Amino acid sequence: MTAVARPSTGIERVLEHRFLVYRRTFRASLFSSFLTPVLFLAAMGLGLGSYVSTSSAAALDGVSYLAFLAPGLLAATCMQSAAFEATFPIMAGLLWNRTFHAMHATPISGRDVTLGNLAWIAARMLLIATVFTVVMVLFGATESPLVIFAIPAAALTGMAFAAPIAAFSATQRTPEKFNAIFRFGITPLFLFSGTFFPLDSLPTILQPLAWVTPLYHGVVLTRGFSLGTIGEEPVLAVVHLLVLLGFIVVGTVWADRTISARLVRG
Amino acid sequence: MPDDVVSTTALAGAPLSTTPLIAARGLTKKFGEFTAVDAIDFDVAQGESFGFLGPNGAGKTSTMRMIGCVSPVTAGTLSILGLDPDRDGPRIRARLGVVPQQDTLDNELTVRENLLIYGRYFGLSRAECARRADDLLDFAQLSERAGDQVEHMSGGMKRRLTIARSLINEPELMLLDEPTTGLDPQARHLLWDRLYRLKQRGVTLVLTTHYMDEAEQLCDRLVVMDKAKIVAAGSPRELIERYSTREVAELRFAPGLQETLDGQLDGIAERVEHLPDRILLYADDGEAAAVAVHERGIQAESVLVRRSSLEDVFLRLTGRSLVD
Repeated sequence: MTAVARPSTGIERVLEHRFLVYRRTFRASLFSSFLTPVLFLAAMGLGLGSYVSTSSAAALDGVSYLAFLAPGLLAATCMQSAAFEATFPIMAGLLWNRTFHAMHATPISGRDVTLGNLAWIAARMLLIATVFTVVMVLFGATESPLVIFAIPAAALTGMAFAAPIAAFSATQRTPEKFNAIFRFGITPLFLFSGTFFPLDSLPTILQPLAWVTPLYHGVVLTRGFSLGTIGEEPVLAVVHLLVLLGFIVVGTVWADRTISARLVRG
Repeated sequence: MPDDVVSTTALAGAPLSTTPLIAARGLTKKFGEFTAVDAIDFDVAQGESFGFLGPNGAGKTSTMRMIGCVSPVTAGTLSILGLDPDRDGPRIRARLGVVPQQDTLDNELTVRENLLIYGRYFGLSRAECARRADDLLDFAQLSERAGDQVEHMSGGMKRRLTIARSLINEPELMLLDEPTTGLDPQARHLLWDRLYRLKQRGVTLVLTTHYMDEAEQLCDRLVVMDKAKIVAAGSPRELIERYSTREVAELRFAPGLQETLDGQLDGIAERVEHLPDRILLYADDGEAAAVAVHERGIQAESVLVRRSSLEDVFLRLTGRSLVD
């Protein structure tokens, strides 16, 4: 009698594989996820912020530019990392190394492969967000102990991108379009979703655009926790959360389809 | 976490059952309008070594992927280990050892790590994975390379590792899709030797190949596939007896001469086959046929008399050679 792995076990095995590979680059990656916020907060928050804070503090909810910027950067950094994790590694597993096909030849199902990889990206996002938040605290860039909830909020922001992008990646045969995702999707969002300046500084016609992308919602949510202002508009906070969850659910269902389809096709 | 899950399938000494390990009836695979496998029937018995021989694009890999429960059956029935791949895919896959045509090793991991993580995919405990990995490294003659990163290994070593990896769950049935394609002769012979040992241990092997020598070496029984259909089935010897003669004389001529020989070789052999670069005379006594050609005053540049092979069977059945 051969025992078969439970579905949940399959996901754990996929996670275990990703962790095994990650162990090799663990230190370098941890260092860079620490260095990135340090550099950004030092340059933008302290350097640039010293010009901003005196002139227009009122526009920034009455907080310093550093305190305004830091949670935005936290959410945006998760978005960038998640987008990367959902493109090249997915293509590698399906086309280059074909390690997902190796998994699929065992009791592990296509759904396990999908959910295991997304769970892995979520774990990475939590790690990155945690390191970033620690740096924020060290910089004195937080206003509230609620900042602890900025960690899952930022991770959810990342996942709202990771799930649909992973689904798209599984439909591609070459990485050509990945550059377009970053150039025309991730980078503009990074700049114009309320990360560096409040959304109402944007031309009025562009403002609704920010509403349909996940980053804006993630930034507002993350900032609400970091500044402790989340309770001021509770209904809106729930809406932001639901938008993120919506992207994650739809993206995950889509990714399950495209990744499984690619595994079946060979 | 069920770390104690171990597949307890016997590699040897399993009772011989009369029901086939694999049974396919009218098995069909379509990709849109394209029919990759067209209503084929075959059985594979326990302990036997069964081959799919055919050129690229004949439908071998599509068939293997259906048996491997990674590609759904379009039509017909397929039973593997008495189970239905549509319903019991993961349960069947837990008892298979798969060597895919393209390597799916993890290049970033070491040789040993590749074995360990693969065992984990089957739900084996870490201790069990480690124990089996050591045995398999030994079997694949890779013990000394255990700590090396896979990326830097030769093609032959990677294939051996892939085979070792496919054995980590002690499979009852091994599926090998073109196991030696792209390897040099020495690496191929080493691999054949390992596969032969598995066969001796009672593991059922199903393999595809477009090398006739591989099929002759490894297969108890095989089917010849061409254009999505099975065109012949039997043991290598049966197929050769049925579709070819005992010997073949291969004649090569000076440039331009072969084209002028139409009809001049009639009656010398049971069958005369004109290939672009040579003429094949099928006869039970190839030497005598070659002498007869000479007696008719036809000068061949070279004459090679050999035994018939599956290549000749394939040529007879399809009018084409296996490897273009």
